Amino acid sequence: MASFTSVFARDLKIAIRRWSELATPLIFFVIIASLFPFALSPDVAVLRSAGTGILWIAALLSSLLALDGLFRTDMEDGSMEQLILSPASLGLLVFAKICAHWVVSALPLIVLAPLLALSFYLPVDALPTLIFALALATPTLSALAAIGAALTVSLRTGGGLIGLLVLPLTAPVLIFGTRATDMAVHGEPVLGPLYLLGALAAFCLALGPLAASAALRVSVE
Amino acid sequence: MAAPALSPAGLRVDRVQKNAILSVANLEIARGGRPLFDGLAFALAPTQLAVVTGANGSGKTTLLRTLAGLQVPTAGAILVNGIPVRQIARDLVTPIAFQGHLEGLNQDLTVAENMHFYRRLWGGDLPIAALAQELRLDEYLERKVRHLSAGQKRRTALGCLRLRPATLWLLDEPLTNLDQLGVDLVTAWLQAHLSSGGVAVVATHQAERLALRAHFAVEL
Repeated sequence: MASFTSVFARDLKIAIRRWSELATPLIFFVIIASLFPFALSPDVAVLRSAGTGILWIAALLSSLLALDGLFRTDMEDGSMEQLILSPASLGLLVFAKICAHWVVSALPLIVLAPLLALSFYLPVDALPTLIFALALATPTLSALAAIGAALTVSLRTGGGLIGLLVLPLTAPVLIFGTRATDMAVHGEPVLGPLYLLGALAAFCLALGPLAASAALRVSVE
Repeated sequence: MAAPALSPAGLRVDRVQKNAILSVANLEIARGGRPLFDGLAFALAPTQLAVVTGANGSGKTTLLRTLAGLQVPTAGAILVNGIPVRQIARDLVTPIAFQGHLEGLNQDLTVAENMHFYRRLWGGDLPIAALAQELRLDEYLERKVRHLSAGQKRRTALGCLRLRPATLWLLDEPLTNLDQLGVDLVTAWLQAHLSSGGVAVVATHQAERLALRAHFAVEL
């Protein structure tokens, strides 16, 4: 537990000192979501029907962008070698890094999403579901993106490749996330897709750190 | 393990090596597909030191990274306390402290924060204030690593190494960027580490600056 908290606290501290890097994916999220009304139409009916999908795609891309550099600094300054050789299991340390990153990148996104949803005329009643669905979906995205980040960390052009690796895997999250939000917009019961999002999060958070740590061991060689 | 034992890698552990903390047998290492050396064998019992020397590019760094379990050798076995090193690295307890070319310090954290992190991660109990004084870093504890000189960074990294309760030290060019006081300190630490039953492998091209007798000299 001490090893989890030490890495978690360290990564939070580093993230706050480099806050400008955290702001980029969030601003990206806001800009993508606000560009769609210009491209589609300012019509209320159009925006309301497309809004859910747009929000989810923007959230997905933004969290990939945020996670791209998850291991890069540690790899470049040698901390990763030390984490691998530390007495704690690497999977646990990677899990701590994912958690810290989720707090500083996904939480602000979950706070911003309802504001953007209002600009797409989504009903206020649907907002709790949107927040809840995002809170269940973002850990899955973080875990998947961490695997991609670990695989691409030793490459110069990680940014593009991580998208190719991870985006296809995020399809279930997108399907259940948009489905839950859409059902809430239409006033239907939403528990089904939320349960599935929860199951996906549990699965990916359990296995993602292990897969990522195996990839990191290969990357330091 | 019952003697005479066959190690998991099939290496026969003889009488000399039985209490060895680190034993290397028939090691063959390649870098980028090009073989660097083969047939390397040595064993270090408690209090013993191996010094690795060799020209640039002879494979000192690759050897130390391989001994740490970060890289896979082409052939041969590396046993730490009788267990293949690549299996220890996956296990929960590793007795290895490794200091490579990279310092392993986060640039955005202060000296004290980096030291506290490593101490907590390893469950060490050395007081950081006293350590910093020994390293002549007490005035720099609250300074970000980014703003330190190369020698100060190296001393911080060595301080972080000292905070880890490990029996096997693997040091890759620990004297780089150090002044004479720093070299004396590293020598004193190594001596204390060895006399408390630890073992160390030091790769350096400044072996003469290290006033210690090596039990095993590896020339690559």
